[in-house]
Amino acid sequence: MTTDVRLSGSERVTPLRPAAPVPPKRRARRDWIGYAYLAPALVFYGVFVVVPILQSIQISFYDYNGLSVASWVGLDNYAAVLSDGRLLEALGHSFVFLLFYSVLPVMLGLLLAGLMSRIRIYGLTAFRALLFLPQILSTVVVAVAWRGIYDIDGPINEFLRAIGLGDLARAWIGDFDSALPSVGLVGTWIEYGLCMVLFLAGIAAIDREMYEAARLDGAGAVREFFSLTVPSLRPQIVVAMILTVTFALRNFDIVWNTTRGGPGTSTTVPSVFVYQFAFQSRDIGLASALAIALTVVTLAVVGVVLLLGRERDSKGGRRARRAS
Amino acid sequence: MRVARRDSVLSHAVLVLASLIAVYPLATIVVRALGGADGWTLANFAQAWTRGSFASALLSSTVVAVSVVVLTSVVATLAAFAFTFLRVPGAKIILGLLLVGLVLPYEVTVYPLYEMLSGFGLIDTYWALILPQVGLSVPLGVFWMNSFLGTLPMSLVEAAYLDGASRRQVLGSIIAPLARPAIGTMATLVFLFTWNEFLLALVLLPQNEAVQTAPLSLSFFSGAARATDPAVTAAAAVLVAAPIILFYVLLQRRLISGVVDGAVK
Repeated sequence: MTTDVRLSGSERVTPLRPAAPVPPKRRARRDWIGYAYLAPALVFYGVFVVVPILQSIQISFYDYNGLSVASWVGLDNYAAVLSDGRLLEALGHSFVFLLFYSVLPVMLGLLLAGLMSRIRIYGLTAFRALLFLPQILSTVVVAVAWRGIYDIDGPINEFLRAIGLGDLARAWIGDFDSALPSVGLVGTWIEYGLCMVLFLAGIAAIDREMYEAARLDGAGAVREFFSLTVPSLRPQIVVAMILTVTFALRNFDIVWNTTRGGPGTSTTVPSVFVYQFAFQSRDIGLASALAIALTVVTLAVVGVVLLLGRERDSKGGRRARRAS
Repeated sequence: MRVARRDSVLSHAVLVLASLIAVYPLATIVVRALGGADGWTLANFAQAWTRGSFASALLSSTVVAVSVVVLTSVVATLAAFAFTFLRVPGAKIILGLLLVGLVLPYEVTVYPLYEMLSGFGLIDTYWALILPQVGLSVPLGVFWMNSFLGTLPMSLVEAAYLDGASRRQVLGSIIAPLARPAIGTMATLVFLFTWNEFLLALVLLPQNEAVQTAPLSLSFFSGAARATDPAVTAAAAVLVAAPIILFYVLLQRRLISGVVDGAVK
């Protein structure tokens, strides 16, 4: 293996390894100096991620308003998280958002992938670029655009009036009944393109001969979809689920910039309460307990996704999960 | 054959529809921003630009995003090099802890970060946003570079060691040049995330308008102006989106194939 390693002979100064022919498999030496290479990343991660998390855990056991001395309250904040109706409602909204931000986009993506698996796609690059667009826009821009779409005089209501269903017109995100699914659909819009792009790439990697074989065996479109396309896309599905699930559970930006959690508390989510408790009502202990609970829920849901993705993993996924 | 043909037309129609829906919301704000009392106009953009001080906001976003991208690229590449090619004791555990950061809801870090950066006297400065965002981007950066470096053969490095190269030389003259495309994709992703970050900006740059980023300015602006002037708000949103869209048009091909290939590794 001689690539263009441009190291002149004069640079042979301090060989790191004994020059004696060491079999490349056995690398006994522990490289403590390697920590110097890890250090900058670990300092940033440690100081600005790990330490704040530990502090959040600590604060979550205190009654603290950011000004006066904090007083120890044990698990009271957690008890409050589990018993406060508003917070449980917010957590319920998060699970509704999981449907809109994750389950629905993944299903739409799979449906499209199923349609596309049977044909040759023209203009794939252009379609991908358009489908991916919602991912790159600032969530604040997205929120401004969708507030306009949902507006009482917006295009949805204009359309309803035009086809004689004007009675259904409403301020979609200002109405108690429609606000939650309306905000949810914004998430569906952000994520479905990502899922489609991931899955389209996945089916492009499936051997065409498998489809021909399936068809020769007389498999119809539906059968082909469930027994070939979906199993082959397992690694992509897992990635799509993880990306969309974490986005759904975070979801501060969209809610904050469309409804601020309203009307009433009909669209609020835990991360909005975390912000409000920490920076507006200054109940920082409760904010921290809620943030920790949100973290635990997120890790648990991601864990479930990984577990499900692995469990039925026979041949489809193994290949892609490169050992290294 | 006829059936296959019909399938193809139908499938492409669905694809076109899906793409149109993806673009539609953006199109609505462009149209609203250009709309005036009598025909097309740029007046809304001019108003948004001056009233919302978006020149300063776009500059702030650029300063923050470029700083975060440069710092993250350097520290993540160094770390991934160590994880992949150096026998660092305990590397597996450290890497595992780093990768948890990929799925962490960073709401959990926000209040302590606010107190910490207040303590440093950095709230309402660029640093308040740059430093934590490097920390939060490190997991993605390391994950990304690890997956790429993992595809390089170990023998490449071992040959260089036998030739007497130091770690620095191996990284600088062998690994870094090979990794340039992967670093490019990672930098693009980190740039997008950083540019669009909202919650941290809201919390860490609350008072100083001079350093507020574009999404934050837009959020304040649309909160205040929306009721009175939807067209100017739409123009402001287009102004905030424009640089990112331009960036995307230039880089989308590499970005998307990078994401698609990298995500599944």
